[in-house]
Amino acid sequence: MPTRNLESTKAAPNYTPFHPRWYRPHVSVYWWLGEWHYLKFILRELSSVFVGVVVIEALMLIQALRDGPEAYAHFLQGMQNPLVLVLNIISFFFVVFHTITWFNLAPSAMPVRLRGKRVPDVLVAAPSYVAWIVVSAFVSWLILQ
Amino acid sequence: MAKQSNEAFFWMLFSAGGVVAALLIPVHLLLFGLAIPQGWVQAPSYEHLMSLLRIPLVRIYLFVFCALPLFHWAHRFRFTLYDGLKVKHLNEIIFVFCYGGALLGTVVAAYLLWNIS
Repeated sequence: MPTRNLESTKAAPNYTPFHPRWYRPHVSVYWWLGEWHYLKFILRELSSVFVGVVVIEALMLIQALRDGPEAYAHFLQGMQNPLVLVLNIISFFFVVFHTITWFNLAPSAMPVRLRGKRVPDVLVAAPSYVAWIVVSAFVSWLILQ
Repeated sequence: MAKQSNEAFFWMLFSAGGVVAALLIPVHLLLFGLAIPQGWVQAPSYEHLMSLLRIPLVRIYLFVFCALPLFHWAHRFRFTLYDGLKVKHLNEIIFVFCYGGALLGTVVAAYLLWNIS
């Protein structure tokens, strides 16, 4: 009787039962327009673009200051341009939106517990707002002296 | 060992930039974008701003003010493109555009702020 070759039994194919592909619904590129919550999320993320706009304006101001008083006056005049003004008004709403949504997320990102009980979200977010007001007042005082 | 992801590093830059942006960007925009051009407050004189710029701490502050929010934008915009516009297949181009752009802005800020006469 021929002996069973151990190598061939090791190489036996591993059969699995048949399974159809999992169903993945096709998601439209415009998925974010479907619900207000989705739109709010995308607007929050797009606030980063307007943050970038403010940084670019700050770099332009620094360049103008390096170039001399006339360049600085020219920069201030440029800020009065109606198109720039519209951009800045829109940017202002978006950057404040960023600030508010950022501070309001902090209690969710870092749940604070005191003696086992969860501290209310308002109390965790409030110090950030206080710091925001204090820092803003200080910066304004420094610049407008 | 599985390949280590760099996501944590970029996320930290995003987070730090988000805090800096949340605290400082609104007041700077309010002053130089709205209040001063519209005449709600007196525009600071050139000499006053230059005297502020000459203080090294102020230049470091301005560098952080420019660099970190740019990386905040880079990270957030990258994922907005992935999730919002569903262009994840372009991820190499998007990566270079976003973080490269932020790096470029950082280098420009460093160059402008390095030496103030």
